[in-house]
Amino acid sequence: MIRVVLPAHLRTLASFHGEVELEVTVPVTVRSVLDALEERFPMLRGTIREHVTQQRRPFLRFFACGEDLSHESPDAPLPEAVVAGTEPLLIIGAIAGG
Amino acid sequence: MSGVRVLVGTRKGAFVLTSDGKREKWEVSGPHFAGWELYHVKGSPVDPSRLYASQSSGWFGQQIQRSNDGGKTWEPVGNKFLYDGVPGTHQWYDGTAHPWEFKRVWHLEPSLTDADTVYAGIEDAALFISKDGAQNWEELSGLRKHGSGPKWQPGAGGMCLHTIILDPKNPSRIYIAISAAGAFRSDDAGQTWKPINRGLKSQYIPDPEAEVGHCVHHIAMHKSRPGVLFMQKHWDVMRSDNAGDLWAEVSGNLPTDFGFAIDVHAHEPETIYVVPIKSDSEHYPLDGKLRVYRSRSGGNEWEALTKGLPQSDCYVNVLRDAMSVDSLESCGVYFGTTGGQVYGSKDAGDSWTPIVRDLPAVLSVEVQTLA
Repeated sequence: MIRVVLPAHLRTLASFHGEVELEVTVPVTVRSVLDALEERFPMLRGTIREHVTQQRRPFLRFFACGEDLSHESPDAPLPEAVVAGTEPLLIIGAIAGG
Repeated sequence: MSGVRVLVGTRKGAFVLTSDGKREKWEVSGPHFAGWELYHVKGSPVDPSRLYASQSSGWFGQQIQRSNDGGKTWEPVGNKFLYDGVPGTHQWYDGTAHPWEFKRVWHLEPSLTDADTVYAGIEDAALFISKDGAQNWEELSGLRKHGSGPKWQPGAGGMCLHTIILDPKNPSRIYIAISAAGAFRSDDAGQTWKPINRGLKSQYIPDPEAEVGHCVHHIAMHKSRPGVLFMQKHWDVMRSDNAGDLWAEVSGNLPTDFGFAIDVHAHEPETIYVVPIKSDSEHYPLDGKLRVYRSRSGGNEWEALTKGLPQSDCYVNVLRDAMSVDSLESCGVYFGTTGGQVYGSKDAGDSWTPIVRDLPAVLSVEVQTLA
């Protein structure tokens, strides 16, 4: 299972508490994880990446295993620890605004 | 027993204020969608339990929420606003071409005849419609594709379509307003549009009487006379007696005619309300005195309404969608401020009481009169 940690506001929007666990078909990439996430929680469509361009929204970033994956290709394989479920994919909102 | 529900959108959530017909004691629920900007919340005139809310965030974009129980519970519905075709460019602040980009929904206008049909006014300016309870949205692109589109320019708050008025006597007629393009009217249910800005004079644009380019802040109409429109422009309060074909200034004796909000009494079509704001760079009341101005003659002659409102050291703003009226026998008038107060008057503005004092900055106020 792939583990995903969402920002608090998106957990509220999805009416979900804690980490999300997803079945993701290989290859496990940011794109395939987000596809699975949006399939399970349709209300998250458009909140993490733009509807049409599928670009990451500018105030969000992706981290895993201590690495910033925000600027990697969305089709790049995620780290083994994420694929194995020992580490989560973190979706983090910028510390900005008030 | 009759009652009133006041739907308040703020910078950090939505609030629902409810009272019986006496309008003395208020129940406050919220914040709904805490931490998100709620640009607008409005109920269906067909089914008052059906509410629509525009929820947005700089981090997570746009959501539309729908309630079927008067705001007790909500569900997220469709948030996909795709322009029809390649949207092209409009003017940026400096006059350069700038691509049309969706930013947020400013205004939701439920249909007068079908609870599942709702219109959305968005930034960058365009008009959308949903016919399935806000699940799916389609652009009425005849507006944006009006030949003047590439000349439209944003106002300070963005290039927003902020006003949508449906004609209760003519289902094919729709009015909208855009900052800073101006007002437009469709007579074929939104398929084609014409600018209705003749008579507006805006000294801050190169051609003060241009066909488009006016910073219209808000328009109001009384349902019994849909051909009569009242406008708060950037500067100037205006009136049209021919469905916007020609406007005349009715600022009269207002101490300043800059402002955002304007509304009409529920039972007196010639009684209108504005909240004068000092200037375009000083968005607060003149002399620190929060005064609603009422005209009982459709403009030109205005009286200050001050009873119960702060008359010193008040430097809040009242935004364009933050004033509304109820339709109880003695008309109630309500407005919200950027200081977080929502004031109500149950005597058509003669006296005011704060319903709540300390909400986040108020973006919109809509009122439902409940049977």
